[in-house]
Amino acid sequence: MELVLAVTVGWLYACGLYLLLRRTLAQVVIGLALLTNGTNLLIFVAAGLVRGEPPLIGEGEVVLAEGTADPLPQALILTAIVIGFAIQAFAMALAYRVYRSVGSDDIDALTTTEPPPPPVVMQAEEGEA
Amino acid sequence: MTVLPVLPVVVPLATAIAGLLLLSRPRWQAPVAFAGATGLLASAVGLLARTWREGIQVVEVGGWPAPFGIVLVSDMLSAVMVTVAAAVGLAATVYSFRVVDAGRIGAGYYALIHVLLLGVCGAFLSGDIFNLYVWFEVMLMASFVLLVIGGERPQFEAGLKYVALNLLGSVAFLSGVGLLYGAAGTLNMADLAVRVGQADGDARYFTVAAMLFLVAFGLKAAVFPLYFWLPASYHTAPAPVAALFAGLLTKVGVYSLLRVFTLIFTQDAGYTQELLLWISAATMVSGVLGAAAHQDMKRILSFHIISQIGYMTMGLALATPLALGGALFYMVHNIVAKTNLFFIAGVVRRLRGSYELKDLGGLGRAHPWLAAAFFVSAFSLAGVPPLSGFFAKFIMVRAAIETREYGAAAVMLGVGLLTLFSMVKIWTEVFLKPSPGGAVSEGAVGAAAWVPVVAFALLAIGMGVGAEWWWRPMELAGQQLFDRTGYLEAVLGGGSR
Repeated sequence: MELVLAVTVGWLYACGLYLLLRRTLAQVVIGLALLTNGTNLLIFVAAGLVRGEPPLIGEGEVVLAEGTADPLPQALILTAIVIGFAIQAFAMALAYRVYRSVGSDDIDALTTTEPPPPPVVMQAEEGEA
Repeated sequence: MTVLPVLPVVVPLATAIAGLLLLSRPRWQAPVAFAGATGLLASAVGLLARTWREGIQVVEVGGWPAPFGIVLVSDMLSAVMVTVAAAVGLAATVYSFRVVDAGRIGAGYYALIHVLLLGVCGAFLSGDIFNLYVWFEVMLMASFVLLVIGGERPQFEAGLKYVALNLLGSVAFLSGVGLLYGAAGTLNMADLAVRVGQADGDARYFTVAAMLFLVAFGLKAAVFPLYFWLPASYHTAPAPVAALFAGLLTKVGVYSLLRVFTLIFTQDAGYTQELLLWISAATMVSGVLGAAAHQDMKRILSFHIISQIGYMTMGLALATPLALGGALFYMVHNIVAKTNLFFIAGVVRRLRGSYELKDLGGLGRAHPWLAAAFFVSAFSLAGVPPLSGFFAKFIMVRAAIETREYGAAAVMLGVGLLTLFSMVKIWTEVFLKPSPGGAVSEGAVGAAAWVPVVAFALLAIGMGVGAEWWWRPMELAGQQLFDRTGYLEAVLGGGSR
C-alpha cells in the first residue's frame, strides 16, 4: 500500500509541476490543485500507514498501545485541505478576473507589470519613449 | 502562566473581526484599525519588556503541555520582530488614512491589514512547525487579497504571479513538514530539535527535509534564485500595502530561516551554512544589479529588498552569536528604512503622479522635508554613518572577518557601494534635478501620511546614533539563537511538568 501511495504522490507532483509550466491559466490553477493534493497524500504516507488499529486507548490503560494508527497526520491533512480549498477557490476567481481583464488565457500575455522590454526582444509591446 | 505572548495574536484577530462586522460603516474602519494597531504595539512592547527582563516566555495553548499541544514561544528574536511588525502595522494604518480610496475601504482594507498582522505575529511567536505553516497561510491569504482588491489589470496580473509562486512555496513547506513528522513523530519545534539531534540513523533524510524548508522560506524571503515573483508584484500594490509587504513579508521568511536553521536543522550545519553563504552572496549581488538597471522608483526599491535580504541570510550562514544578532539588527534597521522608502515613494507618487525617474524632479526644492526623510532612509539603507545601516553593515562585516570569510565581507562592502549608487540615482533624479514639468498631482498628501514618514526617519537616525543601546537586545537574541539550550529548556523543561 505504501508503494502504491508513494507512486501516486510522485505522479501527482509530476503532473502538477508539468501543468504549472504550461502557458494556459486554467492548467496552472489545476496544477496547483494537484500539487496541494499530492502534498496531503505525502503527509499521510510519510507518517506511516497502519491498518485496522484505531487509536483507541483500551479500558484501564493510560496511553495508546504500540502500533496503533497515528491520528495526528489526518488532522494535519484536514487542516491543509481546508486551507488548500480556500486558496484554490481564490486562485480560480483571480485567474478568471485575469482572463476577463487581459482577454487571453495565455500566461505570456501578462506583461503589464513588467518593465518596457528592450527593443531587441519584443517589438510588439507598447513602445515607451 | 502569562497571557502576554497571546496578546499579539488576539489583538489583531479581534480588530479584524470588529472591522469586518463594521464593514457597512466605512467611517468606523480607520478608527477601529488605529485602535487595534495601537493596542498591538502596546502589547508587543509589553511582551518585549517581559522577555528582556525574565527570559523566554512560553504559553501552552489550551493548557496542553509541550510537546503535545501547540506552544507560543517568545524569545528575544520573536519579541523584537513582533514589536517591529506592530510598529510597521501602526505606521501603515496611519499612512492609509488619507491615501486609500473608499472602494478598498469598503472591501475590508483595514480588516485585511490586521489579518496580515495576525499572520505575521502568529508566525513570529509559534513554537510549532505546523502552526507556523497555518500562520503563513493566514498571512499569505491576507496579502493575496490586499494586493488585488480595488485593483485593475496590473494588480490582477501581479497577483496571479504572486499567488502561484507563493503556493508553490507553501507546497514545499508542507511537504517538508510531512517528511519531518514522518521521521521525528513530533511537530513541536523544540521537541523536533531534540529528536533530530538524537537521530543516529540517516541524517541525510533530515537534510532533505531541511532543503524543502530552505526552498519554502527562501521563496518567501525572496533569496536568489527564488525571488522572481517579488519585482513582478510588489510595485503594483498601493503605497501603504507595498510598504507593509516590503517591510514585513519577506522578513517572515528570513525569520523562519533563522528559526529552523538555528533550532532544528543543526545536524548538517557545515553543508547548509556553505550553501547559505553562496545563496546570500548571489542574492545581494543580483538584487543590487537589478536595482541599478531599473528606472522606476518603486521597482528599484523592490530589487533593493532582495539585495538586503542577502545580508540577513548571511548572518545565518556565518552563524556566530555576533552574526545572528547582527542579522536581527539588520532586519530591524531594514524594516524601518525600507518601509519608509516605500512610504516616501507613495508620497512622491501622490505629489507628482508618477514613479518613473524621468518624469520626476525638483522635489528637493519643493518639499525639503520629504527630501530630508528620503535622504535619511536611503543613505541609512546604503550604510552611511552615523545612520542605522552603517552599524548593521559594520556588525555583519565584522562577523564575516572574525569567521575568516573575507570573500563574504568583500561582497557585503561592494554591494553597499552599489546600493549607494542606486540611491544616489533616485536622489539626483527625483529630488535634485529640475522638474521636467507636466506632472499631475493626485491630491493632497495629508498630515496623516507625514507622521509615519517623519517617525521612521527619526527612528533610522536614533538606531544609528544610539546603536549601542539598540544592539543590546539584539545581542541577547543572537546568543539565544546560537545556544539553543535556553529555548529547549523553556519549552520542554519548564514548570509545566
